[in-house]
Amino acid sequence: MSTSTEPQTALGKTANYLDERLTVGSVLKNFGRKVFPDHWSFMLGEVAMYSFVILILSGTFLTFYFQPSMAHTIYEGSYAPLKGAEMTVAYSSSLDISFDIRGGLLMRQVHHWAALLFVASAGLHMLRVFFTGAFRKPRELNWLVGFFLFLAGMGAGFTGYSLPDDLLSGNGLRIIDGMIKGIPVIGPSVSSGFFGGEFPGTEVIARLYSLHIMIIPAVIIALLAVHLMMVVIHKHTHYPGPGRRDDNVVGYPLMPVYVAKAGGFFFLVFGVIAAISATFTINPIWNYGPYDPSPVSAGTQPDWYIGWLDGALRLAPGHLDLHVFGFVIPMGVMLPLVVSLLFLAVVAAYPFIEAWVTGDRREHHLLDRPRNAPTRTAIGAAGVTFYAVLWAGASTDLIAVFFQMSLNHVLTAMQILLIIGPVLAYWITKRTCLSLQRKDREIALHGRETGRVVRLPHGEYIEIHEPVDKYELWKLVDFKDYEPIMPRPNKNGRITLGTKIRASLSKFYFEDRIAPVSKTEYELAHADQAPSAAVEEPKRKPKQIKAKK
Amino acid sequence: MEKNLNKKPMRRRPWALGVVIFLGLIASGGGYAFATQGVQTNVTGSAEQIEEGRKLFLANCATCHGSNGEGAIGGPSLIGVGAASVDFQVGTGRMPGQASGPQLYKKPVQFTEEQIAAMASYVASLAPGPAIPSEEILRTDGDPTHGGELFRINCAMCHNAVGAGGALTEGKFAPSLDGVTEKHIYEAMITGPQNMPVFNDANLTPEDKKDIITYLKYVEQNDSVGGLELGSIGPVAEGLFTWIFGLGFIIAITVWLGAKAN
Amino acid sequence: MSELEQYSAGSRTNIERPIKDPGLEPHRERMTDKSERHARNAERQVALLFGLSVIGAIIAVWGFFAFPIVGGDLTATRNGAFWMGIGIALSLLGIGFGAVHWAKTLMPDAEVSEDRHVARSSDETRAKAVEIIKLADGESGFTRRKLIRRSLYGALAFFPIPAVIIFGDLGPSVGDTLKHTMWRSGTRLTKDPTGIPIKASEVTIGSVFHVIPEGLSELEHHKLEEKAKAAVLLVRVNPSDLKEDPAKAGWSYDGIVAYSKICTHVGCPVALYEQHTHHLLCPCHQSTFDLADHCKVVFGPASRPLPQLPITVDAEGYLVAQSDFLEPVGPSFWDMRK
Repeated sequence: MSTSTEPQTALGKTANYLDERLTVGSVLKNFGRKVFPDHWSFMLGEVAMYSFVILILSGTFLTFYFQPSMAHTIYEGSYAPLKGAEMTVAYSSSLDISFDIRGGLLMRQVHHWAALLFVASAGLHMLRVFFTGAFRKPRELNWLVGFFLFLAGMGAGFTGYSLPDDLLSGNGLRIIDGMIKGIPVIGPSVSSGFFGGEFPGTEVIARLYSLHIMIIPAVIIALLAVHLMMVVIHKHTHYPGPGRRDDNVVGYPLMPVYVAKAGGFFFLVFGVIAAISATFTINPIWNYGPYDPSPVSAGTQPDWYIGWLDGALRLAPGHLDLHVFGFVIPMGVMLPLVVSLLFLAVVAAYPFIEAWVTGDRREHHLLDRPRNAPTRTAIGAAGVTFYAVLWAGASTDLIAVFFQMSLNHVLTAMQILLIIGPVLAYWITKRTCLSLQRKDREIALHGRETGRVVRLPHGEYIEIHEPVDKYELWKLVDFKDYEPIMPRPNKNGRITLGTKIRASLSKFYFEDRIAPVSKTEYELAHADQAPSAAVEEPKRKPKQIKAKK
Repeated sequence: MEKNLNKKPMRRRPWALGVVIFLGLIASGGGYAFATQGVQTNVTGSAEQIEEGRKLFLANCATCHGSNGEGAIGGPSLIGVGAASVDFQVGTGRMPGQASGPQLYKKPVQFTEEQIAAMASYVASLAPGPAIPSEEILRTDGDPTHGGELFRINCAMCHNAVGAGGALTEGKFAPSLDGVTEKHIYEAMITGPQNMPVFNDANLTPEDKKDIITYLKYVEQNDSVGGLELGSIGPVAEGLFTWIFGLGFIIAITVWLGAKAN
Repeated sequence: MSELEQYSAGSRTNIERPIKDPGLEPHRERMTDKSERHARNAERQVALLFGLSVIGAIIAVWGFFAFPIVGGDLTATRNGAFWMGIGIALSLLGIGFGAVHWAKTLMPDAEVSEDRHVARSSDETRAKAVEIIKLADGESGFTRRKLIRRSLYGALAFFPIPAVIIFGDLGPSVGDTLKHTMWRSGTRLTKDPTGIPIKASEVTIGSVFHVIPEGLSELEHHKLEEKAKAAVLLVRVNPSDLKEDPAKAGWSYDGIVAYSKICTHVGCPVALYEQHTHHLLCPCHQSTFDLADHCKVVFGPASRPLPQLPITVDAEGYLVAQSDFLEPVGPSFWDMRK
């Protein structure tokens, strides 16, 4: 019944074929010119996503060669110092991939470097989201999805590096087993269930394999799909600036700019990982030998993203075991476990806490410059410090050797830092943010100091300040400012405990604040100038360049 | 041809006992020498060498170790430590000890080989102790697989799986084994310097020690197939590299990507 | 703005800004916008980058075939990995830099604004949605028919239970496996990994032996599981340095003591022995045990001293265990004292 003209070109015919079945025209219309803001800090999540794709690609190669079996075999491959050694098939197949299969070592290294980069970029992305307040409504749920993505990434990494069953990762499994056994009541049973009996057993590598190639990737893919869907529905946030508001998004259209840039970026991330994998050794499993419960290497650490948990185990004080009616609760295990879970809980719940404190129910699509949310930024700095001290705590022995210090002093210093570090970081960050805000005010009101000093006829010296143009000025003054909540009685006339807590948290957040420059203030500051001097022209004039043909 | 059926029966000959004893001594002595050929050399030096060693000792060591090596406030007794200890400690520059602290550090060697040999002879003359190993046992033609297995069980917990070194308590450490000579590795095992345990020949036989040294030299001389090693200290270096260089370079790319073209 | 303003802004202030939003900054032209020559240069640069990518791919393929791995030749493995990796890196980076350079220099870089709408559906849509729900509820009788609803909840609560129970055979029940090791009265102490028995006279002061029970090295099955509990450290100290609890006085032999090697923190081998300080250091989390004083914890996160293996010598002078450990080895667990 169609009376429109028939497509002539090959592309046209293909497009027509697909549109007649999949409504692609509509997809192109709605999404083709979608606007995405352009800032480098928005690309960190992309780095994580691309690393994940690279993990899937390199991982698929590895699944054709790796054998997750704990059956015993004698190694007869190319690596001389292990020839004739007894080991599991898992370790032996990993050695074969590394030494005797072309491309095997490269793919193994790509896989492992990409894994490290995946979690690192995801973590940095989370930090960016936190410090710019991108987790506020409507993105609280996406924060939770991202949180679980990060945990799934850690799980994928841990299960992955334990697969070769080498001495280093095997000791990591031993530590996990020790931690599980320490859990009250159910510990030993869960340990037996996980390992299929006593440690190390003959089941665990195959089970980790199943988790690593199927279950956890499925979870990641599902969460990633939800994560991206929400970005499409909510549209991406953008930094404050001229023309940018909460009810628009400023940037470039998806086609062609973003397809080229983001598509190109995938190749760049992959290329960087490939270059690193071609030149730097990672996880040299042949150095560690097959897992055996008796030997152990000095400098036994997990991959970096598990480091904070290992650090928690090292920093926990000893002699704290509880004995309850003849039962033992090993606090060397439970204390790190509980502290880590609490930390994670605070991270997950943060958007909801902040929303409750501010009482702000509006949607936020304009990001905060970190200095304009001093308490949030300071809390973030404290959290990062806490995590970083735990993370550094995992390398106490390496720090001691490298800096020629006493291992015991390093550890004690870190235990102290764990407590005072976050407090110091909070205080320093908060004051720095407030100072930066004050500096912004100064510039907004009085312009930039030029360093040019002029002597007036009557003898006074002044420094010339260059006023900022309207675009700059807008950026300096356009931020959201909150004041502390007054506790008010509810309709029964009582001030509830919840209200009191909320008011005191609100005071904690917003009592020290630098208010944005108001219209009156600005006019007063410029009262002595002619109205036309309230600069309307852009500060930088575009250069007039004679273009040669 | 008639066979001689009038052979006299076997008679004892008096000198036969002497022959048997002589042969027995050669067999056992030679056998012993053969079995321990890997270990004992330079059991006693010449008298001149010992005297030379004594003079060097008095000049450089006696203030801490006592004028007869009996020990003093600055240093322990050297009676029974053997030539191997001296060859190791002085040969790696650890001795003469300088700054006091939790552990001795390797320093530039202060004596010539002859002087070290002289001091070693002198100390060995004080009382029997571990001797400097022979060249035979130091040849790296042992079994690196067996050596690696033994190294991981007995040594890796302090020195790291490939001998990159590691921490002990209170500022002490197990040094890196990279570049350490076969002789010094052997001597360290047999003498147990400072807090390193002693690995006597019942614990690790001379063959075992040879295998361990063979393994260490293999690792030292063969570059990693994966490319540049980040110090062989494991995931910590890899994590730091990822954050600093991996993310660093990628962020540099993102900044370039987001910046406006000229 | 009114769409956003339908919600409360909480404790947000409402200070009037000095100026109004000046709108998007005027577009600044790039060289490639103004000059055809620059644009063509950029085009050539992009093409060059794509060309480099092709070269990279060729290098990678060459790298695969140029270094066949003949048993034992590790240089071929290294070279193959390097050239394939560099080739792949170049082929990817060429496309990446090319595409991004193309976008930056030649595609329009004028900023565009797109409107947002709040996530909340319009009141009309919501009303319709509520209507649909109500209709579905009415037609199904979900709210009205309490019996159906409640029995449905019951069924839904119960049906997942078999899905959990079916995993019951993941591992055998623990029993008292954690409380016993391979050590028995008369079991000889042997060297790890060879299984050669050790004479007391061989254990000199300052030496440390890594020990497994006799028979472990020959086990066909469960070797590592037994080793994970039975690994022992054997050390001789000067008897005058050894502090001994009278209850355990017979557990050592002439200054020779044997302790479990499995750390009581989370199970790593506590293998570092410091000859002079008599301290045992665990490399994983730095728990430190004083071997001359019942291996009690002197530093680090462990709480429980390492269990001691009572030893003596047999008729031929070989070291033997007097019995199994008298407490569970390894990490502490809930019912370890029961």
